[in-house]
Amino acid sequence: MEEINALLGGFGVALSPLNLVLMFVGVILGIIIGVLPGLGGANGVAILLPLTFSMAQQPGGTTSAIILLSCIYWGALFGGAITSILFNIPGEPWSVATTFDGHPLAQQGRAGSALTAAFTSSFVGALIAVIMITFLSPVVAGFALKFGPPEFFAVYLLTFCAFVGMSGGNAAKTVASMMIGFALAAVGLDSVTGTLRLTFGFTSLLKGFDFLIAVIGLFGIGEILETLEEGLAFKGANAKINMKVVLETWKELPRYWATSLRSSAVGCFMGIVPGGATPASFMSYGLARRLSKDGRDFGNGKVEGVVAPETAAHAAGTSALLPMITLGVPGSPTAAVLLGGLLIWGLQPGPLLFVEKPDFVWGLIASMYLGNIAGLIVVLTCVPLFAAILRIPFSIIAPVIIVICAIGAYTVHNSMFDVYLMVVFGVIGYAFKKLGYPLAPMVLALVLGDRAEENFRNAIKGSQGDLMVFFSNGLVGGLTALALLLLFWPLIRTLLRTLQGKRTA
Amino acid sequence: MDNGTDRSAASVRAVEIGVAAAILLFGLVVVIDSYRLGARWGDDGPQPGYFPLYVGLLICASAVTILLRGWRNAALSDESFVSREELKKILTVLVPTVVYVSLIAYLGFYLASTLYIAYFMWQLGKYPWVKIVPVAVGVSVVFFLIFEVWFQVPLPKGPLEAALGLG
Repeated sequence: MEEINALLGGFGVALSPLNLVLMFVGVILGIIIGVLPGLGGANGVAILLPLTFSMAQQPGGTTSAIILLSCIYWGALFGGAITSILFNIPGEPWSVATTFDGHPLAQQGRAGSALTAAFTSSFVGALIAVIMITFLSPVVAGFALKFGPPEFFAVYLLTFCAFVGMSGGNAAKTVASMMIGFALAAVGLDSVTGTLRLTFGFTSLLKGFDFLIAVIGLFGIGEILETLEEGLAFKGANAKINMKVVLETWKELPRYWATSLRSSAVGCFMGIVPGGATPASFMSYGLARRLSKDGRDFGNGKVEGVVAPETAAHAAGTSALLPMITLGVPGSPTAAVLLGGLLIWGLQPGPLLFVEKPDFVWGLIASMYLGNIAGLIVVLTCVPLFAAILRIPFSIIAPVIIVICAIGAYTVHNSMFDVYLMVVFGVIGYAFKKLGYPLAPMVLALVLGDRAEENFRNAIKGSQGDLMVFFSNGLVGGLTALALLLLFWPLIRTLLRTLQGKRTA
Repeated sequence: MDNGTDRSAASVRAVEIGVAAAILLFGLVVVIDSYRLGARWGDDGPQPGYFPLYVGLLICASAVTILLRGWRNAALSDESFVSREELKKILTVLVPTVVYVSLIAYLGFYLASTLYIAYFMWQLGKYPWVKIVPVAVGVSVVFFLIFEVWFQVPLPKGPLEAALGLG
């Protein structure tokens, strides 16, 4: 019951008046960010990160800063559902499955129940994931305290192999995107030997590429360009929501408890695996369709078809923070940006955080409970306001978003070069998205590149260059083997299928 | 996909091959620079190019795979990556954006942003000037208040701010 005590302490930290205000500010900003085209959880948090630099220097400020940023994340997750249901535009990849039944419901004039179902199930999914984080993260962190460089590198390897094996897309494109991220992370001063790498005499490259700039460009500018192509007008359904609709939908929701639990389980499990939120939402939608008794009506506007993907996406989005705080390995691009924030504020994410900064960790976990409650209250009461944002003409909102991106890019290092770089990343993001290169691996590699390399070098330094160090004991060997298994999973699966086919034939 | 009115500006195959070639080039640059730095085992451990060398090699390998696949897949030539109409739309945003970020250094953030928003509303939204001016100026003033006054994050300033005594 040590966790309960620690959590209560965390609530003490999170419930201070300042932190409560920041929580609501974060959630509201997050919903706006989630609703706006071109701004999502990842680049929204990246743009606002520089504003927390001075906040984080005050005593206890890092906790306030992480509460603000993580609440932006929860808000963005909620906001994604609004655009999916009302406008048939998934704000984030994991809201795609929400459009399948959410938008038909809205067209039938039942937008209110679709939104209520989406928000409530998001809340349930997040809540279950937070409960899991509360009890599992101290265990994982305690376990990870025994890790040395080989183990840490093996965890990174596992993260990146999971991307390749589980993404389902084109593996070569995933590898290319990831390795470009690693190469960009290596640019600049090598921290171990002090030599300059890949700078080719350009002084502006000395500092290397900041992943925040990449995130703002890739996800912000790139998405604006993509949205433009699809046309400038958004046609949305009406967003009427009142207490009567909310209560009626709430009466209906307990019927879907099985879908809810199943989707939460899928979400929690997949969220720990990087890039898991999107497959989790599709997977639980598919499962719900197969197992529900009116599965055939899915796609024509079933509330259950909204419950399944939303629960899973939120559970996954939330549990993506578990590996971030315990191992220093983010499970999603937004978690990667939050991790970058911790590094900038001078905190070392990883198992030691639980020992050295318990106030910070438990304040964050407590704020996850409170932030989601705050989010639910805000979205249920203010949906029409947020939907109105999307009715602002694109020719006004697009330049304003680009200006915000430019400000965000500039304030990271007060450098104009970063703003130019942001535009370049925007064009790359647009081309990559259209050709089916996943962007998340590149961002994760950019964030983790230096740490992965450092651990790799320390590991093989210890073993005098022998790569067998990654199999030297059960722990590291198991992690490496699991990584390789995930990497070759598509191949193994095809092999297993052919073998099975032969046996039955 | 030729349908007369909106012809394709580039096929998916052409762009796929072009991007893969660019990635390959990037990979080669990484490999060459890693060799220059030394990618072997030094006196006290791996040399600085050790890790990037493998990263570069993996970039090259994946780029070659994508390139060959795109080359062999003739069906992709019929698929449009971007139509002329779409490309025009994108350029009407991208070109002003490039101009905007290069103007920031000379005009300062706020003046450049005002002009940029005004241009967008005039060119894409076809708004009358009575609407453009208040919106464009208003947004910049709000940003000024948020960043300079509230958060005290200074953004680059130009001649306008100097003239107004705000710089």
